[in-house]
Formats: sequence, structure tokens, C-alpha cells
Amino acid sequence: MARIAFERLAHGYPGSSAYALKPMDMVWEDAGAYALLGPSGCGKTTLLNIVSGLLRPREGRVSFDGRDVTALSTERRNVAQVFQFPVVYDTMTVRENLAFPLRNRGVPAAAVRARVEHVAGLLGLTAMLDRRARNLGADDKQKISLGRGLVRDDVAAILFDEPLTVIDPHLKWELRSRLKELHRQVPVTMIYVTHDQTEALTFADRVVVMSEGEVVQVGTPEALFDRPAHSFVGHFIGSPGMNFLPCAVEGDTAILAGGHKVGLPRAYPQLAGKVELGIRPEFAAVAMDGLPVTVRRVEDLGRRRIARVELDGVPFAATLPEGMAVPAEPRLALDPARLHVYADGRLAEGEG
Amino acid sequence: MAKPLDNRAWFLVLPVVALVAFSALIPVMTVVNYSVQDSFGNNEFFWNGTGWFKELLDPSTDLGGRFFDALWRTLLFSALCLLIEVPLGIGVALTLPRKGWGVAASLVLLALPLLIPWNVVGTIWQVFARRDIGLLGAAVNGLGIEYNYAQTPLAAWVTVVAMDVWHWTSLVVLLCYAGLRAIPDAYYQAAKVDGASSWAVFRAIQLPKMQRVLTIAILLRFMDSFMIYTEPFVVTGGGPGNATTFLSIDLVKIALGQFDLGKAAAMSIVYNLIVLTVCWVFFATTTRSQSEAVQ
Repeated sequence: MARIAFERLAHGYPGSSAYALKPMDMVWEDAGAYALLGPSGCGKTTLLNIVSGLLRPREGRVSFDGRDVTALSTERRNVAQVFQFPVVYDTMTVRENLAFPLRNRGVPAAAVRARVEHVAGLLGLTAMLDRRARNLGADDKQKISLGRGLVRDDVAAILFDEPLTVIDPHLKWELRSRLKELHRQVPVTMIYVTHDQTEALTFADRVVVMSEGEVVQVGTPEALFDRPAHSFVGHFIGSPGMNFLPCAVEGDTAILAGGHKVGLPRAYPQLAGKVELGIRPEFAAVAMDGLPVTVRRVEDLGRRRIARVELDGVPFAATLPEGMAVPAEPRLALDPARLHVYADGRLAEGEG
Repeated sequence: MAKPLDNRAWFLVLPVVALVAFSALIPVMTVVNYSVQDSFGNNEFFWNGTGWFKELLDPSTDLGGRFFDALWRTLLFSALCLLIEVPLGIGVALTLPRKGWGVAASLVLLALPLLIPWNVVGTIWQVFARRDIGLLGAAVNGLGIEYNYAQTPLAAWVTVVAMDVWHWTSLVVLLCYAGLRAIPDAYYQAAKVDGASSWAVFRAIQLPKMQRVLTIAILLRFMDSFMIYTEPFVVTGGGPGNATTFLSIDLVKIALGQFDLGKAAAMSIVYNLIVLTVCWVFFATTTRSQSEAVQ
């Protein structure tokens, strides 16, 4: 159990001066559930490997509970890691697999036995303790990987590197909720790397969104949805992602490219760079009055319908309210409270 | 609609049948035919039934004694080769570099002995180990150790086994290396996280993952060493005395030296059956243990 802090942490791979991970400062609280979310190559696995000690950062410091661990090896850091592909020791039984980390550390046999039984109980592996690990399904193997982390009661953090990649869809949900439940029972810092927003948003108390080696936003799932700090977060979180309309802002009015004016919930100072108006499809509805649009097609997602429209030639996703047919002269109604203004991709702070 | 039946299709397999007949069937049946007859030259043959086989499998007879002596020698030779080459091969494979220019360099160097023809290997060692002009032989004798493979059986055995190790350990190394390279990095990372020592990594990850390639390596090395002929024949000619006369060498002595075609044919059939049986038993037990593990 540990509070993990990064100070001016940055990393680049050998032979390249570019940063794979741009300089950053961050603190992860003890016993928190964090998700690192971002597309492939955004640096999330690099960051995870720096925490576990498999990678040594080029710059900056990592500390666990204030103790500098930057130079410590993986073995001495007391972290556990669950990998993308299940790693089990083929020739051993489930029990021996779970006992392996304890035996390596010279824990007495009686204590090993008790811990293994306890962890097997938490994970629902009790019935298969004496089976060979290699014959189990991918989901059970992942539970064993996780169990090898949980079995050490002094573990500082458990790291998950896209652990559900090879799990069948119908088992993903079960494993994910078990993980969440486990975190409530065992208060240990958990860090979960994924490119799947559903996994990140359901697992984590706080989501760290990364893009191109940079942390673009750290926040609760609600904050990421309601107030994306960066247009990347807007795009990446939500399905479909946030809409962005090029505009100019004067005080509390946005003037769209086509000349339409939209009232904003707050007044903004003079903004430099590329200015855009952002709104989620959930808060923009096809209506009888509002901004004139053309409807290109309607996607039925079952629970709701998304209308793909064009507003002055800019593609835009909006909600088609339940029971409503596409009107002859479709218009777009925006919820003014949900409008955000972005300058050069970053959320602009308004007044009032 | 009834399908037209046309047995002429059988003619299409005739070329293969003819080829197999000439390359395998007829030679094998000739040997089987010889094994139940006795010859006194001039192409005259007399029916002998199972006589040769009875004599061969009875150690109290001349032929049987000779056969069992050669068989134990050959088994000892195979055992020594396996005992040295397999652990050594695994050891070398573990120390090979995993990336960089060293990979290509070491693989090429290791493959070199495998590319040398058997009789050339024999000639190299025959000269290399000579006490008068050979680098190894002269050096060992220079150190004050009496070493002459042409005179003492122990020296002959050391030379022949060393030669086989030199020639074939690379094969085990290459197979093991391939097995090791197939292990994903995540296993090593997980072992680090679990605090495993390098011995624990070897026992828990590397050895189990090499099991399949090791099965193949052991099978190949057993068959090859059990059937070895050319190299010891070139170096020692089976001597001194009969010290390094392995089954294959003895077989050639009987067949071509004494021209006892009947005895030699019976012996080669038994020899062949031993190789087949050992390989089958080995393969059956290892694959069964693997399939049990998969259930």
C-alpha cells in the first residue's frame, strides 16, 4: 500500500532524443483505483513499466510513500503486475503458482498456505487449487496472475497492463466487476492500463488520460465526461465523441463559421489560436427550431439514436429524441449549460 | 446421379509405388531374405530359417557375444553423448545473446560444425588428436598425460565422445535457443515481479518451455549417436582391439569384411528394430505426458 508520486518524470527510449513520456508531476493516492487511458503508443505502458521498475526513467523521480524508488529494481519495489497475456507457470498447480512469489521470498510454509487459501477464496479459485495451471482458460489464468500479486500482503501497488485483452467478451464484464469488488475488500493502490474507455471508466476512481506521451487530464469519470480539459479527451471519451465547431468568441457569444450566433453560459476573454465550440452529442438534439442542419444518416444504437448531421458543412453528431421522426426542416438545439470553448485544443476558462 | 467407377485411377500411383519399391521395399526384403539363409560365396544360398536370429540373441555363442558387446558399447556411447550434449547445449543456449550483432555471429559459429561432412570431422579429429603432429594430442602429452587413442581404450573413447560433442552439441544449442526465444518477455517480467531467482526462472519458465524442443533434440541425438559409423571408423577403425567397435562398425565388418550376408542381415534387422522401439517408446511416453498435461 503506497502513495505514488512522480516528480519531473520523463522518459525517452535509447537512440531517440524525443520524449516517449513528456515531463510531468503527479500524485496517486494510497489505495486509489487509477486507470491510464489512451490510444496505442501514448506512453501509458511506458509509465506503468516505470512504476513497476522494469524501465528506468531518463529524468525525474518516482517515490512510494515519500521513499525514492527510482533506482530500485522490480524485485525490491514490492509491486505486482498483471500482464496483457496471462502468465502462469505451466508445470505448477494453481496452488504452487499462487505460492511462488512467497516461496521466492522465503515465507514460512504455514503462512504461505494460509495466504494462498485466503487469496484463492477472494478470487474464486478455491475449487481448482490443485489443478495444473496450464489447462485453465484465459480468464482463470488472469485470476492467477492477479492472485500472485494479492498473495503478498505488503504489496505497494498492483499494476494491470491491459489485462482483459485476451478474455472472452462475456467474461470481461464478470472479471471487471470482480476486480472492482476486490478493490473494495483489499485497499491497495491499483493502476489499470487500457485503451478501452468502458474498462477505464468502470474500474477507476480517477482516470489519467494520456496522448502522445503527455497526461492531458486526470479526473473522475464524470469530470472527463462533463468537462474535458482537452479536445483529445472530448474525442476519446464518449461514443460518439464530443463535437467541435470552429468559431470565434466575443464575450458570451460564439459566432460559428456559417455566421450563426450561439449564446454561451459564461463570458470569455480574448482567445488566441484556433477557437472551437465543444458539445457532447448527448446535449445536442435534433429539434424543430435552432440551428439549421442537414441530416446525413441516423444510427440506431438500441438505447438511443444518433443523427449524423452537417452544420454549415461541418460533420456533427446529435441525439435524435425518442419517438421523433427526422423533421422536414431539421434543426439543432444545443443545451447552453453544456457548451465549452477550446482554444488550441485546451479548455478555455470563462467567467461567471 | 451415380458416380462413374473407374479403377484405372490406380495407374496414377504406379510411379510412386515403383519408386518406393526400388528405394525401400526391395532392399529391405533382400535383407530379410538374406537373414534366413546362409551363403558360401558364388551366390549359393542355403535355407537357415531363424538360425541366425537364435544365435544372435544368445550371448553364449560367438555371434551373440559379439553382438551384445557391440550393443552395450553403442548404448554407453549414446548415453554419454546425451548426458554431455543435452546439459551443455542448454547451458550454452542460456548464455547466448538475445539481441544485437552477437546473435547472428554466434549462430553462424555454432552452425559451422553441423555443416561439416562426417568423414571430414573424423579426419579432422584423427589428425587433431594424434600424439605426434596433432595439436590436441601433442599438447595433452606435453602436459605429461599419457594420451594415445590408437593404443589405450580410454583415450579412444574420450576422443570419440569429444568428437561427437564437438560435432553435435550445436544442434542441441540451436534447438534450445529457438525454444528460449519463443518465451514472451512478459514471463521474465512476471518472474522479476514475483522475485524469482535465476534458478527459479530456469525451473519454472525456461525448462518447461523448452520441453518440446528438448524432446526433439534428445530423439535426434539418440538416433544419430546410436547409428554412428563414419566418425569413429575414420578415427579409430573400431579399435584399439574392439574398444570402439559400435554396432554399425561391427555390422560392416561382418557384412563386407567376412562377407557373412546371412548373419549381417539378421543383425541389421535386430539393430533396426532396437532403434525403432526405443524411439517409439520415448516418443510415446513424452507425448503422453504432454497430452495428459493439456487435459
